[in-house]
Amino acid sequence: MSTPSNKEVLFNPLFKNNPIALQVLGVCSALAVTTKLETSVIMSVAVIVVTACSNTAVSLIRNHIPSNIRIIVQMTIIASLVIMVDQVLQAYAHDASKSISVFVGLIITNCIVMGRAEGFAMKNNVKMSFLDGVGNGLGYSIILLLVGGARELFGSGNLYGIPVLQKVTEGGWYNPNGLMLLSPSAFFLIGLFIWALRTWKPEQVEEHN
Amino acid sequence: MYEHFAFALKNIFSENLALAFFLGMCTFLAVSKNVKTATGLGIAVIVIQSITVPVNYFIYTYLLKEDALIAGVNLEFLRLICFIGVIAAMVQILEMTLDRFFPPLYNALGIFLPLITVNCAILGGSLFMVERGYDLAFSVNFGISGGIGWAIAIIGLAGIREKMKYSDVPHGLRGLGITFITVGLMSMAFMAFGGI
Repeated sequence: MSTPSNKEVLFNPLFKNNPIALQVLGVCSALAVTTKLETSVIMSVAVIVVTACSNTAVSLIRNHIPSNIRIIVQMTIIASLVIMVDQVLQAYAHDASKSISVFVGLIITNCIVMGRAEGFAMKNNVKMSFLDGVGNGLGYSIILLLVGGARELFGSGNLYGIPVLQKVTEGGWYNPNGLMLLSPSAFFLIGLFIWALRTWKPEQVEEHN
Repeated sequence: MYEHFAFALKNIFSENLALAFFLGMCTFLAVSKNVKTATGLGIAVIVIQSITVPVNYFIYTYLLKEDALIAGVNLEFLRLICFIGVIAAMVQILEMTLDRFFPPLYNALGIFLPLITVNCAILGGSLFMVERGYDLAFSVNFGISGGIGWAIAIIGLAGIREKMKYSDVPHGLRGLGITFITVGLMSMAFMAFGGI
């Protein structure tokens, strides 16, 4: 078996093996925070930090964990990391942490973190696991940022809080699409993103519904 | 009484955990391929959700809240790790009880019970309970109605996906893509209950 290079481990999760679009991991906490670009950015950073650190930590002690209690060990590591991220956010970005409320806590049950710790970090060395964590965090972020950007742009005419499309109410021409701020639009946008990705890379298409 | 009824309806339909708050999406998408397994998972979620939310309510109010255990000590930052511990323990206890006293139900639920530990709808339910400051009666109500809402959503999606096997879906949309679009449409339909 050939060992993948550092670059492959880091960049494959972006499009080739995207955690959301192909592995169906971590969709849970992803969608609810994407009504604004700002919260998407914060959520992305939090997830990258947690996946990278948990992968590193699990990989460091992988030879010392008895295999029948490994899930609970991983869970404890991840929960501690998430508590740290939560505390840091409350201290330095209090408003933002209020607006994403429970979804930071839900990173614990985010399957990307668990899935990568179990599937990759348990078998690979520390450096590779770190890169894999960052890569998967980035793959998750790409979708989050695209969906967040699209929803904020079309839903309220802003991008990162700065008006881009002039709204009718403020004398411009753009009439905001309220549906974009509601939950169904997140499902549609991810569905369309997966469609686009699979048209570009046809080998990812599933033959059966 | 009326208040509780309206609250339950809101949690089942317009503020459905799966379709409005995107909780439990991983299992929601992965286990909705046929109605039978979806029903099993739905029932398991209802049971666990209605046990863990009240239990976590007691733990939060009498142990973790500011001044609850020792005056001047605020243990709220421990809530994430406590809740996930409670959920894992509850799932384990329920699994052993069912295995001992109700073997048919245990066999029907099978692998879904352990899976529920990592289902964000369960942890999310407990966190929402804290975030929105429900009292005991509302916590019990929220646990049960939230679980029922999630179960209805997954059974509905499984039914649609079973029918969809016979339709001609555009090539690139097959599998995950069309599922997302379907869930989006379902989410819009559930939102229409918002006015009740």
